[in-house]
Amino acid sequence: MVNELLFFMEVVVGGLLAGTMYSLVALGFVLIFKASATFNFSQGAMVFFSVLAFCGFMQDFNVPFVFAFILAALLMVVVGLCTERFVLRPLMNASEDTVLMATIGLGYVLEGLAQAAWGVEVRRLDLGIGDFPVPWIADNLKLFISALDITAGIVATLMIVGLFLLFKYTKIGLGLRAVADDAGAASSIGIPLKHIMLLVWSAAGVVALVAGCMWGARAGVQFALVDLALKALPVLIIGGFSSIPGAIVGGLIIGATEKVLEVYIGPFFGGAIEGWAPYVLAIFFLLYRPEGLFGEKIIRRV
Amino acid sequence: MKPIFMTYTKNDIINFCVLMVLGLVIIPAFIKTEYWYTSILIPWLCLALATIGQQIVMGYTGQLALGAAGFMAAGAFACFNLILRVPELGFFGSLIVSGLIAAAFGILFGLPSLKVRGIYLMVATLASQFFIVWMIDKFGWFKNYDSSGIITAQDIVILGVPFTTPLAMYLIIVFVVTILTLLAMNMARGSTGRNWMAVRDMDIAAESMGVSLLRTKVQAFAISAFYCGVAGALFAFTYLKSLEPVAFDIKLSFKILFMCILGGLGTINGAFIGAAFILLFPVLLNSVGNNVFHGAIDATIISSIEQVIFGLLMIVFMIYEPLGMAKLWETIKQKFKSKKSKK
Repeated sequence: MVNELLFFMEVVVGGLLAGTMYSLVALGFVLIFKASATFNFSQGAMVFFSVLAFCGFMQDFNVPFVFAFILAALLMVVVGLCTERFVLRPLMNASEDTVLMATIGLGYVLEGLAQAAWGVEVRRLDLGIGDFPVPWIADNLKLFISALDITAGIVATLMIVGLFLLFKYTKIGLGLRAVADDAGAASSIGIPLKHIMLLVWSAAGVVALVAGCMWGARAGVQFALVDLALKALPVLIIGGFSSIPGAIVGGLIIGATEKVLEVYIGPFFGGAIEGWAPYVLAIFFLLYRPEGLFGEKIIRRV
Repeated sequence: MKPIFMTYTKNDIINFCVLMVLGLVIIPAFIKTEYWYTSILIPWLCLALATIGQQIVMGYTGQLALGAAGFMAAGAFACFNLILRVPELGFFGSLIVSGLIAAAFGILFGLPSLKVRGIYLMVATLASQFFIVWMIDKFGWFKNYDSSGIITAQDIVILGVPFTTPLAMYLIIVFVVTILTLLAMNMARGSTGRNWMAVRDMDIAAESMGVSLLRTKVQAFAISAFYCGVAGALFAFTYLKSLEPVAFDIKLSFKILFMCILGGLGTINGAFIGAAFILLFPVLLNSVGNNVFHGAIDATIISSIEQVIFGLLMIVFMIYEPLGMAKLWETIKQKFKSKKSKK
C-alpha cells in the first residue's frame, strides 16, 4: 500500500514537473497574447528555431555555451524585429483570424529556415544537467525525480515570477497591458506601439529559447519539438490565454493529468493516450469554463 | 432534402456534362503516361475534394477547424472495413457509408463550435485529429488485426469489373469528384450556403434572422467531414494504395489548411487551385533542383526551402489578398475584360 502510494506520488510529481515544461512554452504564447491580443501560432516553431540555432552555434562553430546562448537570444530579437516589421505592421487592422493564419505561415518559415540552415538530423543538447533521478531525494523521500525536471521547474518559476512582476509593477508592463486592451487608444496617448511589439516578440523569443533548451536536453533537438509545443495550446485553454500564472497552473494540470491517465488508464487502451488526453481535457474546459481558470471573461458569445 | 440541395438549373447540367467530357474523355485521350495519373492527377483530385470539405467549414461557415486529416483517416479506414466486412455494399456504397461515418465524427467534434470560435475551436478540432488517428492505431479491429501497421488496400471492384490501372482509378475519381463538386457549388449557392455565410459574416445577426446556429454549424461540420471522409477513402485506395494511420497526421491537416487558404477562402474553385499549387510546387522545385543545379542542392534543403516559400506565401496572401489565388484570378480576368471593352 505504501509502495503504491509512493508510486502514485512519483507519477504525479513527475507529471507536475514535466508540466512545467509545457508551461514554459505556453508562457511565450501568453506573453504575446497579453500584449497584443494576437495569438502567435508560431511559438512552437520559435522554440525549435531558437534551440536549433543555439545548438548550431555551439556544435558547428564551437562557440562557447554562454556566447552561443547570447547569440541565439540576439537572433530571436532579430526574428522579433522582422516579424514586427514585415508581418504584424501590415496586418495592424486585420481580423484576429487573419493574423493567426499569418503566424501559421510564419511558423512554416521559421521551421524551414532552421532546417535549411542547420540540417534535419536530431542533435543532442547537453546542458550539464543529467536526466536522471536526484540521489538525495531518492534516498530520503524514496521518490525518483529527474534533476532536469527540477531545473525546468525552477527556471519556469523564476521566469514566471519575473514576468509577472514586469507586467504588474513596471511602466513597460502597464504599457503592454494598455496595448493589449486597445491598441488604437494606447498609441493615441503616445505609447510607442512598435517598440512594445518588438519588446514582446523578443521576450517571447528568449522564452522560446529557454523552453527549447529544456525540451532539447530531454528529447533531443528535433522537429518533433514543434508538435510537442502544440500541447501548450490545451495548457493555455485551461489556464486562460491572458494569464501568466494560468500558464503554469495549466501546465501543471495537463502534466499531472496526462501522466496519471497514461499510467493508470493507458494500459487498458494500448497506451499513448498522452497524445490526445490534453486536448479532450481542454474541450471539457471549453464547454464549462471557456475563459480558462485565470483568464479574463472576454470570450465573445457565439 | 430540399433545403440542402437547390433545384438544378440548366447551367448545372451543362457544367456537369462539360466537366465529365473533359475529365473522362479529353484528358485520357491526351495524357498517356502513368506518371501523370499516379503522381499528379489522382492526388490532386483527392486533396482538392478534402479541401472543399475544409472550405465548407472554414471558408463558408467561418469556423477555424484543423482536423481534416483525422476525418480523412476515419473515411479511409471505414471504407477498408466496409469492403472487408460488408462486401454486399460495393465500392460506391462503401464510399458513401464511410463518408457518413466521417460525418458522424464531424458532428461530434463540431459540437464545441457552438460555444467557442477562433483559436479555441482550433484546439478542440485538434482533439479530433489526434483522437481519431490514435483510435485507429490502437484498436486492432480497425486494421483487421494486421500487425505490420501498413495494410494493403483492396482492389476496387465495381460490378465485378476490377478498376486497378491508374487510368481506371482516375476515371472513378473524376466521376466522384465532379458529382461532389457540383453538389458543393449548389449547396454554397442555395439556402444552405447562404445560412453558412450568414453565420460566418455575423452570427448574431444571422441568429436574429432566424438562422439556427446549432443546425447550421453542425450541418457544416457534418458535410465537411463527409467530403473529407470520401476524399480520405479515395486517397488511400487510389493514391497511397495502403492504409496506415501515420499517413493522416497533423501535417496533412496543415497541408489542406494551406490549400484552402492559399486557394481562396470561400470559393470552390479555390480548392482546386490551392490543391494544384501545393501539390505541384514541390514537383517544380525538385525538378529545378535536379536540372538547374544538377543535384548540387540537398533534397532536405529543397524541402526546407519549399516550406519557407509556403510560409512566406501564406503571410503575403494574408497581407495583400486574404481571399487567395481564386480572387487573384478573378481580378486578372476582370482587368482583361475591362481592357477589351475599352478598345
